[in-house]
Amino acid sequence: MSDDDFMSDEDFNDESLEETDSEFEDETYDDDRYLKYDKPQRKSYEVEFRVYSDSQIQKAQAEQIEEVSNILGLPSEQCAVLMRHFKWQKERLIEQYLNSQEEVLGAAGLDTNAARTLKIEKVKGFMCDICCNDENGLETFALRCDHRYCVECYTVYLEQKIKEEGESGRIQCPCEGCSTLVDSKAIKLLAPKSVSDRYQVLLNRTYVDDKDNLRWCPAPNCEYAVDCAIGPKQLTTIVPTVVCSCGHHFCFGCGLNDHQPCPCALVKKWIKKCEDDSETANWISANTKECPKCLATIEKNGGCNHMTCRKCKHEFCWVCMGPWSEHGTSWYNCNRFEEKAGVDARDHQAKSRASLERYLHYYNRYANHEQSAKLDKDLYLKTEKKMTLLQSQSGMSWIEVQYLDSASKVLQQCRQTLKWTYAFAFYLERNNLTHIFEDNQKDLEMAVETLSELFERPVEQLASLKVEMMDKTAYVNNRRIILLDDTAKGLLEDKWNFTVDLN
Amino acid sequence: MAALPKRIIKETERLVADPVPGINATPHEDNLRYFDVTIHGPASSPYEEGIFRLELFLPEDYPMSPPKIRFLTKIYHPNIDKLGRICLDVLKTNWSPALQIRTILLSIQALLGAPNPEDPLANDVAQRWKEDEKAAIETAREWTRTHATV
Ligand SMILES: [Zn+2]
Ligand SMILES: [Zn+2]
Ligand SMILES: [Zn+2]
Ligand SMILES: [Zn+2]
Ligand SMILES: [Zn+2]
Ligand SMILES: [Zn+2]
Repeated sequence: MSDDDFMSDEDFNDESLEETDSEFEDETYDDDRYLKYDKPQRKSYEVEFRVYSDSQIQKAQAEQIEEVSNILGLPSEQCAVLMRHFKWQKERLIEQYLNSQEEVLGAAGLDTNAARTLKIEKVKGFMCDICCNDENGLETFALRCDHRYCVECYTVYLEQKIKEEGESGRIQCPCEGCSTLVDSKAIKLLAPKSVSDRYQVLLNRTYVDDKDNLRWCPAPNCEYAVDCAIGPKQLTTIVPTVVCSCGHHFCFGCGLNDHQPCPCALVKKWIKKCEDDSETANWISANTKECPKCLATIEKNGGCNHMTCRKCKHEFCWVCMGPWSEHGTSWYNCNRFEEKAGVDARDHQAKSRASLERYLHYYNRYANHEQSAKLDKDLYLKTEKKMTLLQSQSGMSWIEVQYLDSASKVLQQCRQTLKWTYAFAFYLERNNLTHIFEDNQKDLEMAVETLSELFERPVEQLASLKVEMMDKTAYVNNRRIILLDDTAKGLLEDKWNFTVDLN
Repeated sequence: MAALPKRIIKETERLVADPVPGINATPHEDNLRYFDVTIHGPASSPYEEGIFRLELFLPEDYPMSPPKIRFLTKIYHPNIDKLGRICLDVLKTNWSPALQIRTILLSIQALLGAPNPEDPLANDVAQRWKEDEKAAIETAREWTRTHATV
């Protein structure tokens, strides 16, 4: 079994692993005493993973193919076809091959007539069925099925399949209805280097696609793959966020951007819901509703959620319909959608509207953080500019202004987390643990807004704010760790009840 | 215009010298990659007695890419749309450079004899074919009489 697993330690030398690890440490936690990553102690929301480069993946394939080739006594080109056919399950391949050699070869598209070596030949009296050329001395090629075509036609055919159609491991003989596969030896013999290079890249892709524990980094143009042992069945108890060497944080379970603490199944449902409900929600949010006290019709004007009934002067919250007096002065306080208090205010005729309002409550906050996340790139660019300014104005060295970079990164990451806490909360059923989650969410949100506010101060002030900013950055990051740790433990121990099924 | 590849010359010669029964393909004099095609509807099909006109064009990279073919005569068939385009695997993913004009035209003739509403191109026709095959076949006959007989 362990032999079958993708990359055991022997597959890669320590040198390359060192490289991968240090690369990512430099990337995210550069010279910051507060944020130093505690490697040996994995947190409850972290998963084990490794990042592999294109060449490492090629090497791993070559080694496994070589091993099978030695055991079965077949040329490595044919073993490669067999391994791909068996989705790299080496033991299964060897067992079945030893049982019925001919059947296995046939099923994988390898003709049993393996004795003939593939080479470019000149055949007397030959005419190519594709181009109808019948010149003397024409170079020809045929796979083991003996369907022979001229080399020029074969090459054009392979080029079209590989470059135009993006095929690799499943290219068949050009003869109609013949299922004999073109192997890598034939590619080497016939195709120009650019085509065979592309073939190798595409084959590499199928290797990663075929293995459950491997996934390509979805960042555009990134050529790293991530190895992680979390399988589809574990996705109800863990959110496997991985970090590629290119810096991209993504979910190994579904491939989307990091969505901790929300499990993949909820993310999928939430995204679908947002798509389905956006029209209705927009309509409802733009409409009037009744004063919870005197039932007079009230129109919402402006963005403020603090409503005052014109008729009875009752003050209430537009979002939860609860009395405004219970809300304090800060808008943060309406992250609690008190089911009990809410029910009193919302009579049953308004129930369907209430469920939409409930959705809106979470959606607005989710969208707000998503919006901010979209500004992340601008923020980051702004940071760089600020850092250059700061260096020239204050005489600080590049290393000394790195706290701004850290602050920016932490802000981006926390907004991402906050966004998903609202999807999480939407599906969360109240129990005696939910208030801890809500408090954590509120703390993180307030910390993020405070840091964000500091961050946008004029450049002249930034130098004097260094210590405060570093402290706040560390604090915000810590709030995020606490929230993620609490939610991850709850998932793992099955302490959260959701209003929908995670399976 | 570039010289005509040997393959196209050979195929054309053979189409003339050894024609397929019920199928005729003649290249234009001024463009030897462009063919006027007629196909006779197969016996005991709703297209029986009909003569269908098609146009066929051999693209620059033929035979690496399949020929482009379209019905010019109106036809009521679940795998042929209003513009005369044909849904046939060998014209798309299952094309092989070893296939020829002759074999493709035979496949199209066979498609007239065996419509496949499960893999439709003309959705409304396919729907009707599945719901009320008898009525659909009757419409196909009618269209054949109206549009495909001279
Ligand atoms: Zn040829
Ligand atoms: Zn063959
Ligand atoms: Zn990446
Ligand atoms: Zn996911
Ligand atoms: Zn009122
Ligand atoms: Zn409220």
